[in-house]
Amino acid sequence: METSDLAAIWLTLKLATTVTALLLIIGTPIAWWLARTRSMFKGIVGAVVALPLVLPPTVLGFYMLVVMGPHGPIGQLTEKLGLGLLPFTFPGLVIASVFYSLPFVVQPIQNAFEAIGDRPLEVAATLRASPWDAFWSVAVPLARPGFLSGAILGFAHTVGEFGIVLMIGGNIPDKTRVVSVQIYDHVEAMEYTQAHWLAGGMVLFSFMVLLGLYTFNPARRKAL
Amino acid sequence: MSGEITARFHVDRQDFVLDVDLRLPGSGVSALFGHSGSGKTTCLRAMAGLERAPQGYFAIGDEVWQDEARGHFVPPHQRALGFVFQEASLFPHLSVRRNMEFGQKRASTAQDGLALPAVSELLGIGHLLERMPGQLSGGERQRVAIARALLAAPKILLMDEPLAALDLKRKQEILPYLERLHQELALPVIYVSHAPDEVARLADHLVLLDQGRTVASGPLNEVLARLDLPEAFADDAGVVIQTRVAEHEADDLTRLEFAGGEIYVSRRSEAVGTPLRCRIHARDVSLTLLPQVQSSILNCVAASVVDLAPTETPGHVLVRLDVGNTPLLARITRRSAERLAIQPGLNLRAQIKAVALLG
Repeated sequence: METSDLAAIWLTLKLATTVTALLLIIGTPIAWWLARTRSMFKGIVGAVVALPLVLPPTVLGFYMLVVMGPHGPIGQLTEKLGLGLLPFTFPGLVIASVFYSLPFVVQPIQNAFEAIGDRPLEVAATLRASPWDAFWSVAVPLARPGFLSGAILGFAHTVGEFGIVLMIGGNIPDKTRVVSVQIYDHVEAMEYTQAHWLAGGMVLFSFMVLLGLYTFNPARRKAL
Repeated sequence: MSGEITARFHVDRQDFVLDVDLRLPGSGVSALFGHSGSGKTTCLRAMAGLERAPQGYFAIGDEVWQDEARGHFVPPHQRALGFVFQEASLFPHLSVRRNMEFGQKRASTAQDGLALPAVSELLGIGHLLERMPGQLSGGERQRVAIARALLAAPKILLMDEPLAALDLKRKQEILPYLERLHQELALPVIYVSHAPDEVARLADHLVLLDQGRTVASGPLNEVLARLDLPEAFADDAGVVIQTRVAEHEADDLTRLEFAGGEIYVSRRSEAVGTPLRCRIHARDVSLTLLPQVQSSILNCVAASVVDLAPTETPGHVLVRLDVGNTPLLARITRRSAERLAIQPGLNLRAQIKAVALLG
C-alpha cells in the first residue's frame, strides 16, 4: 500500500473521529429537545435535521460552498476573524460532515430518549434530582443504546461520504483527500489493484460496523 | 410530625375539572378514594408538583410549596416528599441499593432521614440489595420503590395506587408492610386508591372524590357511616371497626373487642391484644327487636337507631346505628323498617352475618 493510501486512511479516521465527537456534543441537546418538546417548531427542526437523508450531497455541498465562500456570510465572518476561508480545508470538511451526518446521530438518540418516557424523570424529580441531574443520572444511562447506535452510524457514515468531500474539501493530500476520494483517484488513474485494496477494506469495515450494530447492541432494557 | 396539610387545586381542562379544597391531618394515612376519572391521581400529582395546577395552594404546616396567588411554586425536586407510583418505576440501570441511595444522597436535610438498613428491614428487602430491578418480582419492586421514597427524608409520602398493578397474592404480600409503615412512622401518607378494601384497611382519614370534586372528607368511620353518599359509593356501604383480639376460645373462635361490644370470628393467628380492623358491610347487618333470638347468627349486638335514609333501590333503606359510640350501618328492606317501626332512638339488636377481617 502506498504512503498516500495510508495518509488517506489516517485522514479519514481523524475526520470521522472528530465529526463523531462533535456530533455527540451537538446532537444530544437537539435530540433531547426534539424528544421532549411540545413546541410547534418541532416538525420544522426535525425536518431540517433529516434533510441530509434525502438531499444529494452535491446540493448540501453547493450551498455550504456558497455560504462559506468569500462572498457568503460565514466566509466573510471567518475572514474577518482572521481564520481565512473554510472550503478546501480540514475544518471546512469537518463542518460539512457534521451537517451531513447529523440525522444519523440525532435520530437514534432521539428515539432512545422518547422510549424512556416521562416516568423515570418524574421519579428522579421526586427523589430530589434537578432536571440537569436527572438528565445525566437517568436519561443518559437509559439512552445508552441510542448513543452507541448514533456514534457508530455517525462514524461510519462520515467514513463513507464522498460527494460532500469533493464539493467542500476538494482533493488535497493530507488535508482533505479521504479514502473515498483516494479510491476515485486510483480508478481515474486505472490503478485497479490499489483501488481494490481500499475499496475492499471499506466494504469489510462497513460490514463489520453494521454487524456489530445489529448483533451486539443490547435490546433496550425496558423501564421497570 | 408535620402540621396540617392544606391542598386547594383548581384545574380546568377541556374534558376534566378538578376542584378540591382539602384539609388533611398531619399524621396517619389519608386516603383519596374515587373511581377512575375522579381526579384523585391528578390531585396527588398536583401535591407533588408534577403537575402545576393553574390555581393552587399546597402547604404542610407552615411550609408552603405552592401558592399561585403569590406566584409561588416549589419545583418537585425541591420538595421533601416521597412518591410511590403505580408501577414501581425503579431505575433499571441501577442496583436495588443504588436505587435506594438515589434520593437519600440528594436529600439535602439528613436530620430525620432514615438509615438504609432500617428501611430495608422495615420492608423486608435486605436480601435484595445487590440485585438489579429486572431480577425482582412485582411485589419486591414495589417494596423497593417504597423504601427508596422513604429514604429521601420525606415530610409526606404520596402513594398513587401502589398495589393496583399487582395481583391479589402480591397485594397480600405488601399490605402488611404498609401497615407497619403506618404503625412505625409518624409520616403523613396520602394514599390514592379505588379499592375499598385497601382503604378500609389502611386509612385513618378518608376523602371521597367524584368527577373532580370532594364528596366527603373526614375520619374514616365518620365518612363511611354517612347516609348521604352518592350512588357511586353506596354499593360498598359499611363501616370499619377497630377491634382488639380479646381471647382465643376453645371451639376455634376468636373474640374481638371494640368500643361498643364484642364479636366472634373464626380463629385468628394474632396474639391476644393485637389490634385488628374489621369491615362490616351494611348488607350483612339485619335488625331484630327481640332481646336474644335463637339463631345461628353468632354476632348480635345491642344498638340504637340514629337515623335512616333511602337507598338507590326504592325497596331498601339504610339505617345508621350507634353501638356504644361505634357507628354501624344496616341495609334492610323498607317493608321491614315499617314492620319494626324503626325510628331514631329505638333500641334494638343488630345481627351481623359476616365480618371481613382486614389483616
